Amino acid sequence: MNDIWQGVQEAFSLIFTADGEVMRIVALSLAVSVSALVLSAAVGIPLGIWLAFRRFASRRLAIAFLYTGMGFPPVVVGLVVFLLLSRSGPLGWSGWLYTPKAMVLAQVIIAAPIIAGFTMVAVMAVNRNLRRQARSLGANNLQVTMTMLQEARVGMLVAVLAGFGRILSEVGAVMIVGGNLKGSTQVLTTATVQFTRMGLFERSIAMGMILLTLTFLTSLLWVLLQGGALQES
Amino acid sequence: MGGHRRRSVKARILSCVVLALFIVAMAGCSGSSETLILATTTSVHDSGLLEELLPDFEEKENATVQVLAVGTGQALAIGERGDADIILVHAKAREEAFVADGFGKERFDLMYNSFVILGPASDPAGIGGTGSASEAFTRLTAELPDAGSSFVSRGDESGTHSRELSMWEAAGIDPAGDWYRSTGQGMGSTLTVANEFQAYTISDIGTYLSRQEQLDLQVLSGDDPLLFNPYGVIPINPDRHPDVNYDLATKLVEWLTSFETQERISEFGVAEFGQSLFTADSEEWRASNP
Repeated sequence: MNDIWQGVQEAFSLIFTADGEVMRIVALSLAVSVSALVLSAAVGIPLGIWLAFRRFASRRLAIAFLYTGMGFPPVVVGLVVFLLLSRSGPLGWSGWLYTPKAMVLAQVIIAAPIIAGFTMVAVMAVNRNLRRQARSLGANNLQVTMTMLQEARVGMLVAVLAGFGRILSEVGAVMIVGGNLKGSTQVLTTATVQFTRMGLFERSIAMGMILLTLTFLTSLLWVLLQGGALQES
Repeated sequence: MGGHRRRSVKARILSCVVLALFIVAMAGCSGSSETLILATTTSVHDSGLLEELLPDFEEKENATVQVLAVGTGQALAIGERGDADIILVHAKAREEAFVADGFGKERFDLMYNSFVILGPASDPAGIGGTGSASEAFTRLTAELPDAGSSFVSRGDESGTHSRELSMWEAAGIDPAGDWYRSTGQGMGSTLTVANEFQAYTISDIGTYLSRQEQLDLQVLSGDDPLLFNPYGVIPINPDRHPDVNYDLATKLVEWLTSFETQERISEFGVAEFGQSLFTADSEEWRASNP
């Protein structure tokens, strides 16, 4: 127990003295995570909205694929991306392996289906009567869509938050395609694994505390964004 | 009426599932054979030597040896905490300090092999053929920034990493820069990274030989005492950690250092790689092979 407490104390000092190595890891984590989130949302939200509104022949099959993507083991995504980007793989010429680009790619593949799935469900949950109402008040197609999306905004924000959570917590895939290279692809999660393996527990505790704080701050931000909509029942 | 039937069917299914899980759980609990926890390095584990040797010991003593494969630093830390009964590492100076600090009872010579400097066949830094490791490292520092290649370090305070650092020190260099990459991971992962980058790295010969087919890297180093890699085995001191299985640990040491096992160690790898991965070096072996 003493060991743990000592680790926590040293972790605090590492964080508050802005230890160089720790700051580098945090900066890289944020850069990779935010990039991955923006790209995942750019892909996932339109896809989710499209699946919610559009009726087409193989829609159910498409949704089944989407659900599969949501539940798919992330480490397998990491393996596939690795095999594609490896020297002996089809995309080896890109030089993306063991760079942040590969990490962002893997995380977009992992998170986009999650964002798409939750967005789709949120939009589908909007009362269809709203559409009739809006039309009866003279709204055109675009205005109807925007009205429905406004109603779904709480759910859509949760979709993005879920995607961010997934991205921030990913270890295996990011380790495989990123390589945990010090100063270039070492992020909070892979650093936690490394420091734990090396027995540098105060460092891995520091990583864990930062991850927790980031998650909490993001959630706070999200609650603020959801604003009044959360009060409506 | 229908409700009652539904409830009893549900209850029956539920109790079947619980019973099944219980049986599975009980089956998982094996009989009370002794367990020995051996903390060793990833390079020893990955060579396959322990998989080859230990089953005979386990059968002889009716025991199970659980092998924890971690970096040398962590193996020593695990030994210090008494989370293992015995450690097998290759960091002699740190091992001797371990015993001096009272964490281990005694260090026993087990075997040795060599570290090797690996690099791409094209050898852009031109270190192939330089017999001396220091010279090779000096060349790497001078040539790599412009040579379009790099050096990949394990960066994990393992035995291999410690040796790499002492070699930089011997050459009077503090490696830093874009050409010096640090993975913080085990030998296998580090070799994969070095291979992908077609970069230089240090490896123990065992891991290299077992991965050779998948790698496009060559051995570029020669014989150099700096590359000498001795392995030692240390039972954890029961005075420090009374819960360790000291008797079984001692039996394992006796068995590993025995002539028969040492002979098997010196033959390990010959069939598969054409050369042995380790050279036997226990006291008993040396006594019979002057």
